[in-house]
Amino acid sequence: MERTRVNLLGIELDNPVIPASGTFGYGREFAGLYDIDILGTFSFKGTTLHPRLGNPLPRIAEAPSGMLNAVGLQNPGVDKVISEELPNLSKIFHKPVMANVSGFSIEEYAETCRRLDACAQVGWLEVNISCPNVHHGGMSFGTDPVQAAAVTKAVKAVTSKPIIMKLSPNVTDIVSIAKACADAGADGVSLINTLMGMRIDLRTRRPVIANVTGGLSGPAVFPVALRMVYQVARAVSVPVVGMGGVSSAEDVLEMMMAGATAVEVGAANLVDPFACKRIIEDLPGIMDKYGIETLDSLKTGGSTAG
Amino acid sequence: MRQVNYTILENAPLTASVYRMALRGDTSPITAPGQFVNLRLDGLYLRRPISVCDVDGDMLTLIYKVVGKGTEQLSRMQPGEALDALSGLGNGYDLACAGDRPVLIGGGVGVPPLYYLAKKLIEAGRAVAVCLGFNTRDELFYENEFRALGCDARVATVDGSYGTKGFVTAILPDAPTHYFACGPEPMLKAVFRALDCPGQLSFEARMGCGFGACMGCTCETLTGYKRICKDGPVMRKEELLWNAQG
Ligand SMILES: Cc1cc2nc3c(=O)[nH]c(=O)nc-3n(C[C@H](O)[C@H](O)[C@H](O)COP(=O)(O)OP(=O)(O)OC[C@H]3O[C@@H](n4cnc5c(N)ncnc54)[C@H](O)[C@@H]3O)c2cc1C
Ligand SMILES: Cc1cc2nc3c(=O)[nH]c(=O)nc-3n(C[C@H](O)[C@H](O)[C@H](O)COP(=O)(O)O)c2cc1C
Ligand code: FES
Repeated sequence: MERTRVNLLGIELDNPVIPASGTFGYGREFAGLYDIDILGTFSFKGTTLHPRLGNPLPRIAEAPSGMLNAVGLQNPGVDKVISEELPNLSKIFHKPVMANVSGFSIEEYAETCRRLDACAQVGWLEVNISCPNVHHGGMSFGTDPVQAAAVTKAVKAVTSKPIIMKLSPNVTDIVSIAKACADAGADGVSLINTLMGMRIDLRTRRPVIANVTGGLSGPAVFPVALRMVYQVARAVSVPVVGMGGVSSAEDVLEMMMAGATAVEVGAANLVDPFACKRIIEDLPGIMDKYGIETLDSLKTGGSTAG
Repeated sequence: MRQVNYTILENAPLTASVYRMALRGDTSPITAPGQFVNLRLDGLYLRRPISVCDVDGDMLTLIYKVVGKGTEQLSRMQPGEALDALSGLGNGYDLACAGDRPVLIGGGVGVPPLYYLAKKLIEAGRAVAVCLGFNTRDELFYENEFRALGCDARVATVDGSYGTKGFVTAILPDAPTHYFACGPEPMLKAVFRALDCPGQLSFEARMGCGFGACMGCTCETLTGYKRICKDGPVMRKEELLWNAQG
């Protein structure tokens, strides 16, 4: 375990493997399958100030080496998460958890973060800025450096825990957004969220997803995600959490060589519920294969990405 | 729910596009008729959900229709090959409220899960009527299998080429104690409208995971938001939004 340990913003993780938000619920479904305490941590379902049903069905479509989703941030709302999900979580997971937060206005982000910041179980707040801003014609906060910085500042002002801004890849220059967040006080950044896409059903000649578009994730996005993590890690001095298509221990190492401090695993959990367990078990052997003594050494010059 | 590697024993057509597959492996995760398995297929990212048609010791039977890439690939698999499944998914039918004279109503590939259900109800001493709906005679399957269990099996075809001409609603028995339905949504809605007794209906949705993790399949009911894969696929008639829609 020593060899796979990493430090994410002051908290030691036994390993860098973190199930990504929206693919692990609040832990319940997986706790019945394996001991989820083996995880570094996990990022729970995107939580908003008010409960949300999400989008109409169908919300899911298949893609080559991946999937599209338009779940639409279905969640029970922050109060129920605090009163029901977190107490349940304390029985099945005994490490700090990453609280993933979404919002549709700056005030909403700040209020949801403020409430979760007060929860002892929460180790980090991961702020998903891929959501549309209702006060700006629905344009995503994550596509505008000014808006991204404004969310970061508002959240930082009302919290004490490390803030990780989760970036959207649906932008011309993700580095400028990452820099804007870091300059506004973000303690770290995570990337990537899903890439916007669509599918059409040849039989009905209509989009498969009721919402028309959905977010692409899975192995299909891995090279894009890796490139973005590499560029951002070079441009900012705060830690980067890498994700997008990670499905194996090899992928985890690749992400870390690109500059990630820890790595999230999303869609892989859905098609193989044991994906994170398998990755964690495989890590030491794959590290041996590539002559990696400790994961820490990748950060301190052991990589070609220095 | 458990991940199981089944071995294919048999995979043969029942009609031009419907296949029956017999598998051997751990069936203990399957605890009720109406549950499903989610199958991993080479080169396809998402698993494919298929209902449990029958369980007998360590034998699992599935019946599926070839409609796209995944089911086409499934139809080409050979005996002896392994199939990775998440097994025992979903809630399944609740048999306790069937009463003495339940009716089972299936349309097309909604028919398969009713077989295991009929078997269990007959074992429990119920008088089981089964109403099977198909488009045409060539698509018919399992009529004789239901009869062999001891069911009162009735068939309707839309074009009248076999059995009664029309929809399954044309062949419903008088005054059943409970109904169990599985089939395309228009059929479910017609059954919902036609019968006054309590009932349970099985729904489909495009699924990301099949075990409750992704919220890809959630629908609204009178008793709250339900994930079709985990809180369903079987819903009680009383909880459907259709009740509120006149
Ligand atoms: C709980 C449940 C039980 C089912 N039981 C049976 C059964 O016993 N026999 C049977 O023949 N079929 C059954 N189906 C439908 C079956 O899952 C689809 O026909 C199958 O997934 C189609 O895959 P494909 O690759 O051939 O089609 P494609 O159209 O190529 O599939 C593309 C994507 O859409 C999804 N998809 C397409 N049609 C459906 C559908 N009707 N329902 C859900 N997802 C769909 C696929 O899973 C895949 O992700 C069931 C569906 C559900 C949800
Ligand atoms: C079904 C589904 C739901 C998701 N929900 C959220 C969410 O609520 N909040 C969030 O920040 N990201 C969400 N994501 C994005 C993932 O956390 C992750 O950023 C993305 O899927 C890329 O990683 P992957 O390729 O490993 O899946 C979701 C992804 C999927 C597939
Ligand atoms: S398909 Fe993932 S929750 Fe139902």
